[in-house]
Amino acid sequence: MSMNEQEFRQEVADWMATHLVGRFACLKHRGGPGDEEAFPALRKEWEQELAAGGWVGLGWPKAHGGRDLPLALQLAFHEEYVRAGGPGRIGHIGETLMAPTLIALGTPEQQRRFLPGIREGREYWAQGYSEPGAGSDLAAITTRCWPGEDGRWRLQGQKVWTSLAHESEWIFVVARSTPGSVGREGLSFLLVPLDQPGIEIHPIRQMTGEAEFNSVFFDGAVTEADCIVGKPGEGWKVAMALLGFERGVSTLGQQMHFIHELQLVIDVARANGAARDPAIRQRIADAWVGLQGLRYNGLRMLEEDTGSTKVRPEALIYKYAWSNWHRELGQLAMDVIGVAGDVRSDDDAVRRLQQVFFFSRADTIYAGTNEIQLNIIAERGLGMPRG
Amino acid sequence: MKLSDEQRALQETAADFLAAHTNARKETDADAELWSRIVELGWAAVQVPEDLDGLGLGPVELVLLMEEMGRRLARTPFLANVVLAQTALLQAASAEAQQRALTALAYGERTATLILGPGLDAEPASLTVKARRDGDGWVLAGEAAQVLDDGLLTHAYVAARIEEAPGVALFELAVDAAGLSRTPLEVWDLTRPQARWCFDEVRLTADARVDDPARVLAGLARTRVLAALQLAAEQVGGAAQCLQLAVDYTKERVQFGKPVASFQAVKHRVAEMMVRMETARSTVLGVASRVAQGAQGSGLDDAALAAEIAAARVQASEAYRYCAQEAIQLHGGVGFTWEYDPQMHFKRAQWASQWFGPTRDWREALAAHLLDAA
Repeated sequence: MSMNEQEFRQEVADWMATHLVGRFACLKHRGGPGDEEAFPALRKEWEQELAAGGWVGLGWPKAHGGRDLPLALQLAFHEEYVRAGGPGRIGHIGETLMAPTLIALGTPEQQRRFLPGIREGREYWAQGYSEPGAGSDLAAITTRCWPGEDGRWRLQGQKVWTSLAHESEWIFVVARSTPGSVGREGLSFLLVPLDQPGIEIHPIRQMTGEAEFNSVFFDGAVTEADCIVGKPGEGWKVAMALLGFERGVSTLGQQMHFIHELQLVIDVARANGAARDPAIRQRIADAWVGLQGLRYNGLRMLEEDTGSTKVRPEALIYKYAWSNWHRELGQLAMDVIGVAGDVRSDDDAVRRLQQVFFFSRADTIYAGTNEIQLNIIAERGLGMPRG
Repeated sequence: MKLSDEQRALQETAADFLAAHTNARKETDADAELWSRIVELGWAAVQVPEDLDGLGLGPVELVLLMEEMGRRLARTPFLANVVLAQTALLQAASAEAQQRALTALAYGERTATLILGPGLDAEPASLTVKARRDGDGWVLAGEAAQVLDDGLLTHAYVAARIEEAPGVALFELAVDAAGLSRTPLEVWDLTRPQARWCFDEVRLTADARVDDPARVLAGLARTRVLAALQLAAEQVGGAAQCLQLAVDYTKERVQFGKPVASFQAVKHRVAEMMVRMETARSTVLGVASRVAQGAQGSGLDDAALAAEIAAARVQASEAYRYCAQEAIQLHGGVGFTWEYDPQMHFKRAQWASQWFGPTRDWREALAAHLLDAA
């Protein structure tokens, strides 16, 4: 580790120690998938606090208000952030998906219009890909869009599983712009303001009892002519570029919360005696082993040459590996908690593990189910023929 | 953990050379020639320090070589001579003994194995050879039931129990020492020959004791852990080959008018093999990089080192067993036959899962580290 990195880590740790206090103290280790309903308003204020500290857009080019930090330092930031208990990022979709897409494929006007709002924590984004009939098959999208006589785009249709739409100002939508087109052809990528009469947002209550996903209905909703990224009909290309950013450094950072969750399991096991059970000991050790696998696989993915066009196995297996690991951790946590797990706990640590147990059932479904992931790995990674 | 250009070149050379020159089904006579060519390539000198005429490289380079050897089921003394004997000398021997032996081991003037407890357990209580003083010299007595011995050895380094502190010493002896008998064993994995060694009052001179008493215990324990990382690399290579065999076979095998590789049930099985193998590969490479950095002084203590390597060891052991088992299944009926290669990997995977301790033991050691600390 270079001195530079050690100093940087210390800087992050010091900043967190002096800022994640007072009214923000209740945010420690809160938020993130499965806990998105925790303090949304206060977490937005925290995003602004982070922005003021210069911790948003670390990897963005300087010309776009970022810091252009090397990968090792971005990773160091995420590690120290999680170590200090930094809350799940409510601005995650904007910062790590929307912004890189706009920087790569947006017009200068779009970059000027949207990047400052993302970087300063003023505007939040939701993702409008999935549809009730499409799932992982984006080519089956039926939400329609068309340019009106005033030049503005109009939308009709429904998106689903939209995280935090009710907390967001904007949504990016993949919709069919060429009537009668099929598959990947004829799609467009639109930026749409959520607060308008043509949009209704309905929460979807999850098995955890919470509602961090939504259905979003578009009934003649509108957006401006210049709110299309790429050309009309080339939305597939933009959508795929955005998904490429999903495997970036911040995703790895998010998963560093797993270290904290495993530590919670260990704490419970030590407190209630489960740590003496030989079978539980083996499973806890296995969870730690699996976490090292995720960590080293993630590092390998990030350190490889990103300019390389060849299929990288570590990137292909990443989603399948982490989601299954997390699902197992949820089951292990409940087995460690035992019969007390039947009752909604008012102990923060136990409650968190209960959320992991239930919410992690979604991990192996969203962003490509296990079955889709295995097909992708087999076909792209191993060259197995399509059926 | 990104490889340097030199490391990539070594990896490619090893892959090409071993693909061309190994055949796990060949007659054992050819082993000596393969081994001498490997020595000529300098692979036995990789971790020997430069001041002893070695290449002064480290665990990452060894991992790259071991992975390729595992892929081809290479039958050579590399594991015994380089991964075990050399590491034991580097970690536990006196400077004088290192000077005397390491250059010879690096350039094939000697070929050695290491004898610890059964399955290469380094716990003092498990050692089955005893040493007692005899004037200036020593006498070794006892039996080592399963020694890695492919017949090409000239020397052995034997960890023996002694009465005085610290209770363990490392001895160097030639395989023609009077009183030593070696009986080859009928092993299932024909690519990893073993022998029973009986020490019937083997007399050694004083300078045959090669350990540095101050670090022999910790050094042998560390040898076992570092060797387990290299074995994990070999396991990854074997798992990768099982995956390749399964992919190739299912693409060419036609049933119901289609290659079976096009069936989702088959695709999901090979994809799962890839997930486990690549995860283990990432961990082995990542841990080896950390160990290499540690050697430059930025620090993994023994407990942290053992924990990191346990992760690699558990993943690689299970990935190899899983991939070998799946390769047999995906080959259908021929997967059960002698003529097809999956059975050889299945046997190697089973062998490797037990030596250096089963995954259960590595997990329990990790659990103690994670759960029982004050």
